[in-house]
Amino acid sequence: MAEPRRPTESGVPDPMPFMHPVMRKNYGHWAWHDRPRPGVLHHVAESGDEIWTVKAGTQRQMDVFTVRTLCDIADKYAEGHVRFTVRSNIEFMVSKKDMVDPLIKALNDDGFPVGGTGNSVSMISHTQGWLHCDIPGTDASGVVKSLMDELYEEFINERMPNRVKITTSCCQINCGGQGDIAINIQHTKPPKINHELVSLQCERPAVVARCPVAAIRPAMVNGKPTLEVDEKKCVCCGACFPPCPPMQINDPEHSKLAIWVGGKHSSTRSRPTFHKLVAAGIPNNAPRWPEAAEIVKNILRAYQKDARAWERMGEWIDRVGWPRFFELTGLPFTKYHLETWRGGRASLNASAHLHF
Amino acid sequence: MAKQMPKTPLLDQLETGPWPSFVTGLKRLAKSDKGYADMMKDLLGQLEHSYETRKGYWKGGTVGVFGYGAGVIPRFSEVADKYPESKEFHTIRIMPPAGMHYTTDLLRKLCDIWERHGSGLIAFHGQSGDIMFQGSTTDNIQPAFDELNELGFDLGGAGAGVRTSVSCVGAARCEQSCYDEAKAMRMSLNAMVDDIHRPSLPYKFKMKFAGCANDCANAIHRADMAIIGTWKDDMQVDQKAFQQIVKERGRKEIIDQVIRMCPTEALSLNDDDTLEVDNKSCVRCMHCLNVCTKALKPGKERGAAILVGGKRTLKIGDQMGTVVVPFMKLENDEDYEGLVELARNMLDFFAENALEHERTGEMIERIGLSNFLEGVGLELDLNMIAAPRSNSYVRMDGWDEEVKKWNARSKSAAE
Repeated sequence: MAEPRRPTESGVPDPMPFMHPVMRKNYGHWAWHDRPRPGVLHHVAESGDEIWTVKAGTQRQMDVFTVRTLCDIADKYAEGHVRFTVRSNIEFMVSKKDMVDPLIKALNDDGFPVGGTGNSVSMISHTQGWLHCDIPGTDASGVVKSLMDELYEEFINERMPNRVKITTSCCQINCGGQGDIAINIQHTKPPKINHELVSLQCERPAVVARCPVAAIRPAMVNGKPTLEVDEKKCVCCGACFPPCPPMQINDPEHSKLAIWVGGKHSSTRSRPTFHKLVAAGIPNNAPRWPEAAEIVKNILRAYQKDARAWERMGEWIDRVGWPRFFELTGLPFTKYHLETWRGGRASLNASAHLHF
Repeated sequence: MAKQMPKTPLLDQLETGPWPSFVTGLKRLAKSDKGYADMMKDLLGQLEHSYETRKGYWKGGTVGVFGYGAGVIPRFSEVADKYPESKEFHTIRIMPPAGMHYTTDLLRKLCDIWERHGSGLIAFHGQSGDIMFQGSTTDNIQPAFDELNELGFDLGGAGAGVRTSVSCVGAARCEQSCYDEAKAMRMSLNAMVDDIHRPSLPYKFKMKFAGCANDCANAIHRADMAIIGTWKDDMQVDQKAFQQIVKERGRKEIIDQVIRMCPTEALSLNDDDTLEVDNKSCVRCMHCLNVCTKALKPGKERGAAILVGGKRTLKIGDQMGTVVVPFMKLENDEDYEGLVELARNMLDFFAENALEHERTGEMIERIGLSNFLEGVGLELDLNMIAAPRSNSYVRMDGWDEEVKKWNARSKSAAE
C-alpha cells in the first residue's frame, strides 16, 4: 500500500492574497463610510482611496454552477474579488463608483437580491436541517427560503428602525444563535426510546449526565440494559438525542416551532440580550411554513410601526413594555412564557412599574 | 439507463418566489452530466422524503483523513435502501481565509475540486465559519482533502476541540476596527492547530474576533473567548464634520437619535452645534459613531476587551461572555503574542479543569470567577462586574489580605 500523503497543517489561510487590492493597500487606514443606497456601502480611506461594496443575498447552500455564476459577475463587473459575511451574504467590491449600477443590474438579472445593509432585514442565519444534520427537527434551508421570499422587500430596502437579524434553528441546541427574531424547533413530547438499541449505540453514563434536569436513569427492559426517562421531569429539550440516537426526540407532529424576540449580540446602546419566547405551538409545516411566516411578519410590522429610529427589537420592547408588545402583535400570553429555569425569578416585575 | 430525476412535489414549491432557491441548485447538480448527478438525484429524493415525513434521516459515524481526528462530518443515510446513491454524504469543514476574502480564481478552483471528488454542493459558510463541502463518499474524502490541502487550505474543527473561528471584516474595510482582527485570529488559531485537528478537550472551545462593540462576529454570546475591539483614550471627534451633520439632519434628529440614545448620557449638543463628550462616562458602545460615521471615530489608544464564557442553552442555560480583560493593547507583535499566550492559558485551564461536556462558561459558573482568574493568571478588575454582591451570606475572613493586595496594585499602577 502506498504511503498516505502527509498533510500540511497550515491552519487559517492568510487573506491578503485574496483581498481586493484597495482593501489591502488601505488595511487598517480607513476614514469613514456611508451608504449611498440600500445594498451598497461606500468606504473612504485616509489615503483618499474609495471602495464601493455591493451586498447580495445567496441561498448559502450553493451548487458549483451558482458559485461560478457569481464568479462570472465578479470577473466582469467587480474586479475579481468577493467576500462573504457571517450571514452568508456575498459582497462585491469595486474601486469606481460608476461600476456599481452595472454590477447591481447583473446581480439582479441573475436573480440575486441586492440589499441586507443598514436598517434592513438581513439574510436569515441558518443551519443544516434535513439536508445534512443528524438530529434536525426541521429543515433550515427551506424555512429560510420561505421566509426570505416573504421578507424580500425588507431585504432590498432599509426601512426598519434598526437592523433586524433573524435566525433559525432545527433543534433546541440553537446553532442559529440569538436573533431579533429567532424561529426555533421546540419539542413538546419526551423522546421515544428504542430499548433494543440503547446499549448497542449509547454510552449510557454520558447520556444520563447530559440531561439538564436529571430525568434519565439506567434501566433493564426485556433483559437488556437501556435507559428510561422520567416523563414528568422531562423538559423535552432533546439533549439526550445526539449522544443516543435511539432516544428519538423528533416527531412529525409534536416537534413544533417557537418564536423568540429581542436577542442582540452587539453592545451598542444597551447590553447584549438573549431572545425571549413570544409564540409557540406553531406547526412544522413544510414546505412553506406559512404559520411561522405570518407571525414573523406580524412582529416585524409592529416593530416597524412603533419603534423609534435605532431601537433594536429588544430595546423597543424594553421601552414600551411587554404588555404593549403583546397588545400590538395580538399574540396570546400564557403560563409558558414565565421563566422556570434557575434564576427565573429575576425575569419577574419586582417593582410598581406598570403599563396600562 | 440514466437514473430518473425523483419526483419532488414538495421541494418544487421552494423554487418559486424571488429569493435564490437552493432546490433549483440541487436540481442543477442532479441534472448535470457530472459524476455526482446520480448522488444528487437520490439526495433530492431523500430530502423530499424528509419533507413528506418531517424527519431527518442522517446518522453520524467515523470518517476522517490521514493525520486528523476531526474536521470531517460523516453522514450515512438511514434510508439508503431507497436512495442508495447518496448513502454516504459526508461534509469536509475547511477554514476559509480570515475575513472570508476570495478571488474568483480561488473560488473556481474550490468548485473544480468539489466537482472531482464531491457533490458540487458547497455552503458559504457554516455557523462556526467553515466552508462546508457537503456530500462526498468515504473513499473520496481523502483525495478531496489532499487537493484542498495542496491549495493551502486546512481542516476546520469539530467535536470536543478548538473550533474554526470568525473575525469580522475589520481593518480590511472598516474605520471602526480597533485592532487587526485577522492577524489576532490567525495567530491564535494557528497556535492551536493540534487542538483543532485532534480534539481531546472536555468540550468545544470557540474564539471569535470582533473589531468593536458592534460585534459583527457575534462573539459575545457565541464564543468561549470573545475578543472585542475597544479603545482607552477619548473618542475622536471631527467637530467641523459634526456641525455639518447637524446642519444636514437638524438639531431635533441629532438630539433624538444621537444625544438621547447614549446609554450613559455622556453626550451633549453645544449651542454652536459641536459635540461635547464626557469620555469618563462613555462605555465605548459605538452608537454615536455608527450614526455619525464621518464625524466620530474610536480613540487612538486601541486594543481589545476579552470576554469569556459565552454559550447557548445546553446544559445550564444561556451565558453571555463576561469581561476578564477590560483592555489589552494590540499594536505590536509582542502584544499579539501576549493575546496568543492568554488564549493558550485559558485553553489549558479549561482542558484541565472542566468536567466532561462542560463549556468554559459553565466551568466558571461552577468554580467561581475568582478561581478562574487565579488559574489563568489574571487580576481582578472592576470592569468585570455589573455590580458587587448583594447577598451577605459569604465568608470573608481573608478580607484584610485582599485589601492589602488591592492597595498594593493600586499603588504600583499609580507609579
